Order: sequence, then structure tokens, then C-alpha cells
Amino acid sequence: MKLPPFKYASPETLNEAVQLLASRPGEAKVISGGQSLVPMLAFRLAAPSLLVDLRKVAGLNEIDVTDHGVRLGAMVRWCDIERHSQLGLAHPLLVEAVSHVAHYQIRNRGTVGGSIAHADPAAELPGIAVTCGATICIHGLSGDRVVNAEEFFTGALTTILSEDEIVTAIQFPPWPAKRRWSFQEFARRRGDFAVAGAMLFFDEDTDGRARGAHIGVIGMGDRPERLRPAENILNGRMVDVQTIALVANAAAKTVDPPTDIHATTDYRRALVATLVERALKASNKSEGGRAITDVNSY
Amino acid sequence: MLIRIEVNGDPVSATVDPRNTLAEFLRYQLRLTGTHIGCEHGVCGACTVLVDGAAVRSCLMLAAQADQSQVMTVEGLADDAELGPLQTAFRKHHALQCGFCTPGILMTMHALLSEEPEADRARIREVLSGNLCRCTGYIPIVDAVFDARSSYQKNRPE
Repeated sequence: MKLPPFKYASPETLNEAVQLLASRPGEAKVISGGQSLVPMLAFRLAAPSLLVDLRKVAGLNEIDVTDHGVRLGAMVRWCDIERHSQLGLAHPLLVEAVSHVAHYQIRNRGTVGGSIAHADPAAELPGIAVTCGATICIHGLSGDRVVNAEEFFTGALTTILSEDEIVTAIQFPPWPAKRRWSFQEFARRRGDFAVAGAMLFFDEDTDGRARGAHIGVIGMGDRPERLRPAENILNGRMVDVQTIALVANAAAKTVDPPTDIHATTDYRRALVATLVERALKASNKSEGGRAITDVNSY
Repeated sequence: MLIRIEVNGDPVSATVDPRNTLAEFLRYQLRLTGTHIGCEHGVCGACTVLVDGAAVRSCLMLAAQADQSQVMTVEGLADDAELGPLQTAFRKHHALQCGFCTPGILMTMHALLSEEPEADRARIREVLSGNLCRCTGYIPIVDAVFDARSSYQKNRPE
């Protein structure tokens, strides 16, 4: 459908952008890649009176890899992450997760800030941000603030962003070289939204027991979540067949997924157990946690 | 608002309504009707065009956002009456039936082979997953794209 009418502005600084947002409280929306917002406009799920395009604002499309971790500017696109030479080593879980985001054409436009601010419950990047304990950098009329990803998402398509605020970057904590990790999701077609996804990482002590486990899921409720009961079971254990079964079972018990057109509650609960099991098996492989089964492809 | 873009090599300046998508602008203002509008919400891929060399869904981009960029549509693939190599391969392999999805698939695959002339069948299929065809099935399309690779490998800048 034709988009609803709106005014359009493309300011050159963040400050101008937040002033424009504040000039029409609740009626203005930020656009960058537009890969989530334009469909929302086409479906009339959103009808803002003003779009504030960030395309002329400099400095939002940088990827920084430092001792402090990985920082993604809000206008970094999926294809930028895919092509970056250092990210594969600096944050393999992030790169693997992003390889599941959308299709080729959308990857050329879609941005990380857009995905975070849109807050789709099945989206990969919000899941990775919550699982990794990333922080979201925000700029608004009253200045800058930094919020933990787990506090940022408050519901389906809902975040703590105020009407005048813009996501400017996502900061991931440092990633030790020998960390075990995996990302597994199930989608009907590669690139489509996942029915569910599970992602995890842990380090190993000198005996090879897991410690510092983080386990997160997407598509299981109104926002991405960490499954702390499952993490607690994994911590201190060797990752063997018995542990994998215990952790997968705990994951299935912890989630409270909805029934919708795509899957029932029971199906999703079983699916999360399978995905956590696959993730733990894949995390034991030296090449890391890429998908170990071919169910998602072709 | 006024935008200045380059479309298939020709400079264009035009006044657009902010709500106009790039697809609408190309079809209704420039009358470049080779770009097809299917789902209008970024699922079918029929409206794919190249913006500054990258394949994008023109129904998900505002015409205003294309200001100052270079756009290539399916009309830019052929050299006057002569089909381009990818189009020739599509004809040879019967890679289209009704033809509605074809412009989007051609532009997507033109971008892919321009960037990755060595793309294998698995990569072609992966990228093709963003374009829906409801007539032919994808096998002849993959065959055609695979066959067209040699032209892109030859044209590759050293």
C-alpha cells in the first residue's frame, strides 16, 4: 500500500535530529535503512507525521575493534559486518548471528541501530545484545546515556527510548580467544524471521569445566531473554551428553513461549530444547559454533 | 522536495513527495516500468534495483533517500536492442515464465555476479532466496546465473 503522508528531514548532526524528534513528540520517527520502518508504514502500523533520516549524520557507521570489545555505530549495515576483516575473530558469535539476518538486498540497507530500536522479539541482534550483556548508547535532548541491553527491551517492538532519543551505538564486552560459542536458529527459509533461536557462550576452567555461561533465546516471548537457570546448570560442569540434556531441559522449562500462527507453545518449547542441545554440541567443536545441521538451508 | 540522482547513467532531477518510494518514483515519474512492484513490503524482491552498486529493494527505500546516488534499473542491463549476458542466459535456459519476478532477479544476480563472479550454486541459491518466483521453480534460474558467470569473470576489472 502507498505509504501514509509524512514530512521528511535529513539533518546533518545528531543534535538537530533530536531537536526535530522533540519538535513533534510521539509523532516523529527516526529512519536510517528503513528495512523495518517502511514495511510498518506500508501496513499502516505506524503513521508518523515526520521522518528524521540519519543518512547525512557523520560518524555513526564505524566499527571499532579494541581491547574494550567491539563497538558498532548505529548505522553499521549487516553487509558491513559480513565484510569486516577483524570481526570474525573479535566476535565470532556476533558475525555468525548476523549471517542469519534477512536477505541479500535487505542486508545492504538494514542497520544495527534500526534493529535494536525496532526491537522485534525474533530478531537476531537484540538477542545477541542481551545474551552478551552489550550496552546501548543513546543520545537525546538531555544528553547521552548508556543502558544495558537487558533493560533496553521492554516488550514486543517496545524499548525504553524516549520520544527524543536515538540509538547511536552498541558496545559488546571483550571476547576471549578460546571462548566456546554457538548460534542456532530455526526459520522456514534462510533469511526469514526465526521461529526460534538459541545462542550461547562459555569459557572453560583448567579442568575443562564450563564457567561464565551465557544462554539466550529469541522468538520465545515478547523480547529476547537470558535463561539463567540453564546457565547455572551449565556452570561448573563438563559439556558432555548428560550436561547437554540437563541444560536443554532447563532451557525448555524456563521459557514461556506464546502460541501463534507459526507455532504452538509446546512446539516452541521443544524447539528451544533442540536448539540449545545443538548449540552445546556445536560449541564443543574446535571450529566454533556454526550450524551443525542443514535443516535451515534449501 | 527536489532530488538529483543518476538513473542508468542519465542525470535526473525531479520533485518528489516524501512518501514516494524509489520504486514508485522510477515507475510513475520516470516511466521506467521494468521495475515491478509486487508485495510492497520488502518480501518478494521484484522491485530490486541497484543503488550505488548495491542491490536494494526499491519499495523499502524512499525516493528522497536516493538523492545524490546512482541508480541502475533493469532497463540499464541491455545495450539498446542487445540483451546483456545475464539476460541472454535467462533466455537460453528458460529461466522465466510469466516474467513478473524477472527484473528483480536479474538485478539481484547482476549485483551478485559483479561482486562475486566466482559465486557457486549454493551462494547463488542463498542470495536468490530473497526473490520469489511462483512460476518456474528456481532450477533454470540457477542454471542461467551459473552460465552467465563467465561474462562477469571476463569483465572483471584487474
